[in-house]
Amino acid sequence: MVSLNKSGLLRTHGQALQEGIRDGMPIALGYFVVAFTLGIAARNAGLSPFQGFLASFFNNASAGEYAAFTVIAADSPYLEMALITLVANARYLLMSCVLSQRFAPDASIWHRIFVGFDVTDEIFGISAARPAPLDPYYNYGAMSVALPGWSVGTALGIVAGNALPAAAVSALSVALYGMFLAIIIPPARVNRVVGAFVALAFVASFAASTLPVLSELSGGTRTILLTVLLAGIAAVKYPRDE
Amino acid sequence: MQHSIWMYLLVMSAVTLAIRILPLTLIRRQIKSRFVRSFLFYVPYITLAVMTFPDILHATQTPISGLLALVVGATLAWFGASLFKVSAFCCVVVFLAERFLV
Repeated sequence: MVSLNKSGLLRTHGQALQEGIRDGMPIALGYFVVAFTLGIAARNAGLSPFQGFLASFFNNASAGEYAAFTVIAADSPYLEMALITLVANARYLLMSCVLSQRFAPDASIWHRIFVGFDVTDEIFGISAARPAPLDPYYNYGAMSVALPGWSVGTALGIVAGNALPAAAVSALSVALYGMFLAIIIPPARVNRVVGAFVALAFVASFAASTLPVLSELSGGTRTILLTVLLAGIAAVKYPRDE
Repeated sequence: MQHSIWMYLLVMSAVTLAIRILPLTLIRRQIKSRFVRSFLFYVPYITLAVMTFPDILHATQTPISGLLALVVGATLAWFGASLFKVSAFCCVVVFLAERFLV
């Protein structure tokens, strides 16, 4: 710590790192619970706890991993694994594009790679909510608690299965949604266009989950379609002045 | 089982990491297009909203407890409660509600 202080790393980035850890805590908690249940699916697919840990450490994606575990369980071709992972995780492509614009143009490629390593719905949410330019140390702080929560949770889920009581799983599973609300509601209150499109997104998402053809698509695919459609409309009708 | 779990892990991880890292490393400059910039500005809010509802209703043991969490969480966030507070209160609401509902 002392040597880090001397090099100035903590002086310039310590605050961001701390804030990242703070905001990462509810993420880690929510991840742990979801990952625990994901571990059950991993065990059914034949993964060892260590394999589950690795899968979650390098993927950190609930729907994507769940889909992947069903591929393993079915002993399907590797190509199918690649395609299903691509479809289930395609929204991260969009999030990565957004974050590319938040970085200072001269930010090093290593920071871009390490931040990209853990672009999840939640970490994207909290880092996109901060003013640009993005400080990668904020992401590192959040990752340092969220990533272990997710990958250790998966491994423990494989070991312990259904050990958590249903009431606890149910209560803790809304932690991540609570976080989303804390990110989208305050700007929705201040900016009318954002507010209107958040409301519209709720309605459209609900409709899409019940309509015949759309409801058969995976949740990840619906998310991409609706996001591209609504953000496209918003950008055409209400372009932003810099 | 014909396929190796290790090979599966390698394929899924390679695809996921490529999706996440390529745009961040390939798009190094500020995008000039007003449309694209506006589009990317709106994406976070819209995509998080799409993921929140109606999924929050299915995450809990009963849809009503999920709905309560949504209402309480949105209200707290509206009045500026912190990320952690909103998140924690949503959990507490569901836990309490389900003592009566389940």
